[in-house]
Amino acid sequence: MWNRLDWDWDYTMQFLPHMFSALKVTIAVTFASFAVALIGGLLLAMLRRARYKGIAYLAGAFVEFIRSTPLIVQAFFIFYVFPISFNLVLSPFTAGVIALGIHYSTYLSEVYRSGIDAVDKGQWEAAKALNFSRMQTWMRIILPQAIPPLIPVLGNYLIVMFKETPILSAITLMEIMGVAKQFGSASWRFLEPVTMVGLLFLLLSYPSSLLVRYAETRLNRQRGS
Amino acid sequence: MIGAIAQYLPPMLKGIGVTVQLTLFSSVLALTVAFLLGLCRLSRYSLVRGISYTFVEIIRGTSLLVQLFWFYYVMPFFGVEFSAMTTGVLAIGLNYGAYGSEIVRSSILAVPKGQTEAAIALNLTRWQRMIHVIIPQALMRMVPPFGNLLIELLKGTSLVYFITLADLTYISMTLRNTNYADSLIIFTLLLLIYFLIAQLMTLGVRWVEKRVTAGRLA
Repeated sequence: MWNRLDWDWDYTMQFLPHMFSALKVTIAVTFASFAVALIGGLLLAMLRRARYKGIAYLAGAFVEFIRSTPLIVQAFFIFYVFPISFNLVLSPFTAGVIALGIHYSTYLSEVYRSGIDAVDKGQWEAAKALNFSRMQTWMRIILPQAIPPLIPVLGNYLIVMFKETPILSAITLMEIMGVAKQFGSASWRFLEPVTMVGLLFLLLSYPSSLLVRYAETRLNRQRGS
Repeated sequence: MIGAIAQYLPPMLKGIGVTVQLTLFSSVLALTVAFLLGLCRLSRYSLVRGISYTFVEIIRGTSLLVQLFWFYYVMPFFGVEFSAMTTGVLAIGLNYGAYGSEIVRSSILAVPKGQTEAAIALNLTRWQRMIHVIIPQALMRMVPPFGNLLIELLKGTSLVYFITLADLTYISMTLRNTNYADSLIIFTLLLLIYFLIAQLMTLGVRWVEKRVTAGRLA
């Protein structure tokens, strides 16, 4: 039984260069979609506080819908439906960034919302008393107070998104998992590639999560004092 | 369009069956694992705490898809071969169980200290204290986050597409492969079905929440 488990170091070494070059794709897609999510999430959070109830309601419904459907299906939708129905052909990378970015913008909108709700109501009133426009109130008063405490949580979502990127191999994006699958299927031997990919994820995400936790405790101490 | 829906819905219904089954079984496993690991993380023994912490961090540090592949393609190297369904339930249940253990742990820790002290004063054993005093109160806090976790789990079941288990996503994808022109209808239908299942689950969780908090919270 156990004799089948013979770890092949030569095979592993052959795989590693493929993995590290694909890591660039993984990291690029992570940061690009995080940027989309940061902006999209903020936009959604602001729309949910729009003065027009219709807009606020639509934004809320959009968040609810995206949050309760799987990322992989959304990626399929963007990658396979857009070219046929809207005549918009997207590369796997672009489609992946849009799908992952929009999916997590709905999560980040909740994060922003908690930060915005935590800003004292008096701040809105003071801004109004000072004759600030709605936009000025957001940009100069509310967001500068709401966002800094959220940084650790946002960092957490960056890690979560990093771990979600393998899903994009479903739309043929050649990130580390896609490369591992392709490499393994040539000889039908997945032990080494899949294990190495798992280790790489652990190696990158665990220290990052420790960093986020550290930032969190420091922030809490700052606010506590 | 009605014709197209009539054509695609029956096979998709079959897929819903697999997705629901997968969701149900892995939810049960996830909740069990969450309680076990959550309690282990609070154990008196540092060894138990250490092992459960390491396990949770390993699961949370790699991603669900990698684990799914690992169970499906790597376990056979150890001489253990699972069906796609079993693999899905194991990987999904363990993964969301590890996340759920944090919910259990933090909810137990959030029960006021006075409750523990009162239970000690009443001479309850450690075990009685947990079962009769702490956990019933912690349960109320657990329900809403567990509800969110179960929605995440439902979404996670779509990843079995990768190990060719014929769930809702996989079936829709095969339908699409033979009917390119109808991609929009198929995927819209697919999204709507997931949305509907999630809404039903949310209703279920609300009901449970009402039951658990009845008479406890003002």
